[in-house]
Amino acid sequence: MSFVEYSDFIQDGDVATVYMGHESMIAVKVQQGAQTQTRYGVLRHSTDLIGQRYGSKVTCSKGRWVYVLHPTPELWTVTLPHRTQILYTTDIATITMMLELKPGSFVCESGTGSGSLAHAILRTIAPTGHLHTVEFHQQRAEKVAEEFKEHRVDHLVTVRNQDVCKDGFGVTGVADAVFLDIPSPWEAVRHAKAAMKKQGGRVCSFSPCIEQVQKTCEALSDQGFEELSTIEVLLRVHDVRTVYLSLPDFGPDSPAQAQPDAAVKTPPSHAPIALKTTTLPRDIPGHTGYLTFATKPRT
Amino acid sequence: MADNVDDDSLYRIKEGDYVVLKRGDIFKAVQIQQKKKVAFEKQWFFLDNVVGQLYSTTFEIVSGGILQPRKPKDTESSTDAKGAGTDNRNIVDDGKSQKLTRDDIETLKEQGLKGQEIIQQLIENSSTFKNKTEYAQDKYIKKKKKKYENTVMILKPSCRILAMMYHGREPGKICHLRYDTLAQMLTLANIHAGSKVLVFETCAGLVLGSVMERMGGYGSVIQMYPGGGPVRAGVESFGFPSHFHDMLHEFPICHVNALLAGTLDTTAKDPSADSKQSNMAAKEEQNQPEAERQGSPEEQSMETNSGADGSHDPKKEEEEKRREAKAEERKVKQEEKRKKLAAAAALLESRNADGLVIASRFNPCPVLMGLLKFLSPSRPFVVYSQYKESLIECYTKLKEHGGTVNLKLTDTWLRHYQVLPNRTHPVLLMSGGGGYLLSGTTVAADHSKPSSSRQDGEPAEKRQKVTDTEG
Repeated sequence: MSFVEYSDFIQDGDVATVYMGHESMIAVKVQQGAQTQTRYGVLRHSTDLIGQRYGSKVTCSKGRWVYVLHPTPELWTVTLPHRTQILYTTDIATITMMLELKPGSFVCESGTGSGSLAHAILRTIAPTGHLHTVEFHQQRAEKVAEEFKEHRVDHLVTVRNQDVCKDGFGVTGVADAVFLDIPSPWEAVRHAKAAMKKQGGRVCSFSPCIEQVQKTCEALSDQGFEELSTIEVLLRVHDVRTVYLSLPDFGPDSPAQAQPDAAVKTPPSHAPIALKTTTLPRDIPGHTGYLTFATKPRT
Repeated sequence: MADNVDDDSLYRIKEGDYVVLKRGDIFKAVQIQQKKKVAFEKQWFFLDNVVGQLYSTTFEIVSGGILQPRKPKDTESSTDAKGAGTDNRNIVDDGKSQKLTRDDIETLKEQGLKGQEIIQQLIENSSTFKNKTEYAQDKYIKKKKKKYENTVMILKPSCRILAMMYHGREPGKICHLRYDTLAQMLTLANIHAGSKVLVFETCAGLVLGSVMERMGGYGSVIQMYPGGGPVRAGVESFGFPSHFHDMLHEFPICHVNALLAGTLDTTAKDPSADSKQSNMAAKEEQNQPEAERQGSPEEQSMETNSGADGSHDPKKEEEEKRREAKAEERKVKQEEKRKKLAAAAALLESRNADGLVIASRFNPCPVLMGLLKFLSPSRPFVVYSQYKESLIECYTKLKEHGGTVNLKLTDTWLRHYQVLPNRTHPVLLMSGGGGYLLSGTTVAADHSKPSSSRQDGEPAEKRQKVTDTEG
């Protein structure tokens, strides 16, 4: 198992995703002899997990079953331990395309946070790219570096514990793309520029507040970035369900048309009709952040 | 820049390159060919001059359709502030504010004035410009710039640019798949280097090309195609290096049933051409009568051959020879095709693909149910449809059928913003919808359980319990 390569069977040391039901998943570090408590009972790693095929059904001690899934950056995003606010898949997907990430891309990112985006970047730039990620919080930097190792992507990433606004990314002239998710991105724009290849590249800044966007855009223009574009993407989840719609009763038809016999045999049906449709949740996340993209021209 | 000549060679435009022309938000994909007239935004020009220039250079279209690299200084608009009004109370729309007539502007253009100079003339001859607010002046200049500037930027193609181009120019060709929806697909399907991905699309090759870009030439992509042959115009536009095409395989969906049943015959039975040929022809006729016409002309030619045997007309003999040569050529082609089919079939037969991406004008449900069989357990799949109802059908069918988890029917809402000092707001026009996605993850099918890898002597009663809870 690795976050950049599939394997078929669960091995000691893997990080597996245990699927317990709709929207209910946990990430489990697989260790010989270890046990994991789930709400369906105990999972014994040695017998229930190790050697099983990813995707198989496993029965917990209470007799209820779960599925064990191969980890992906998307499953990690919904199971990872939150140490910060994280980026979710909808924004991540947009960022990945708009930054033009692909195998071999060199990317700079700050802050690392809980590593949700970092895992997705690593998946996309493997096997020949590299991610330089900067996090100013020491424990977070250490923790995420540990996770990269466990997920077997540490060869693709360098974690630096420093303040990007003061000290930059620690590299110059190497990045194809830069991503900023920090409180004052406008202070890091010049560092972003310095980290990028002289031939140019793409930059993205994620900010929840419009005032941040305003300042960042000014800084980007001042630094000669082009093609500025700010967007917002929201996910709408449609719940598939069958709904039943009642029929109105307008009373019997006019006596001239009504045939006395028929009326007795088949009384008009007022049973509700079934309709297969979708409904939208009552509340949805209506805002995550604004995504500002720009192109750095050749310098 | 001179010290880094080697570095830049990768960034120079070469003849034969696939590039994207850009002006404002308008894109167009073209190939660089000498002496070829290119039409873009109601203008004609030649791309001869761009060869050897760097990508992302902006060119000015000068007389005769010749492109000249724009000098960097021209970029900045040189509008001297001559004062501005505070609001629009004194501005009356009487159609008389601009003193230049259309003819005047045309003459200016003919005199060879550049866009920037024409705009300057327009401003000087506008009686209301000075009274406009600073913001309105900005907007006026921007609008005129769009109209009179005759520049074009030449870009290296990418998934982002091509997806935006197709969505803007020819959304019908890509089933109205919006770029952010495509972005979701690539991520939800966990497309990455080294995996084996199945793609079924009728989006001109845009989806296939995007998947290939994300795989960077590592792994394999199998295009499952409907009809006579795979459509890949969009893939060309990506301008991939040739080794990318080594990972691309194709398999006609009309052979899927045969492959699943184990009756697909891709072996060359006999080195002698005849039997093989008839074999192929028969199969092709059987399976895709309207799509593959190769079988029938061959038969025709064989018939005429036997008819011609009696006479010894030299003309006819010559014709016969030509026919034979053609038949030989066809045979070679068919052999190649057979080999390709066999290679794709071998990749599919192991039924261990790592991902499935569907985006087509076909009813997605049968496509999905047919192709899911080729995936390993615990692998993602994603289906795009312009219509939500067709995905509701997929969802219902998958729930009945089992073998998948994490099913989600979604769409994305996308909004662009104008960000300017004191004038930040959402862009007035927004896309009404970008299509719908159904995504999920495969899991081991229940019935295949006993035959799976479980060999560690698990107690039988436990397995029994599993099946019990399923019921």
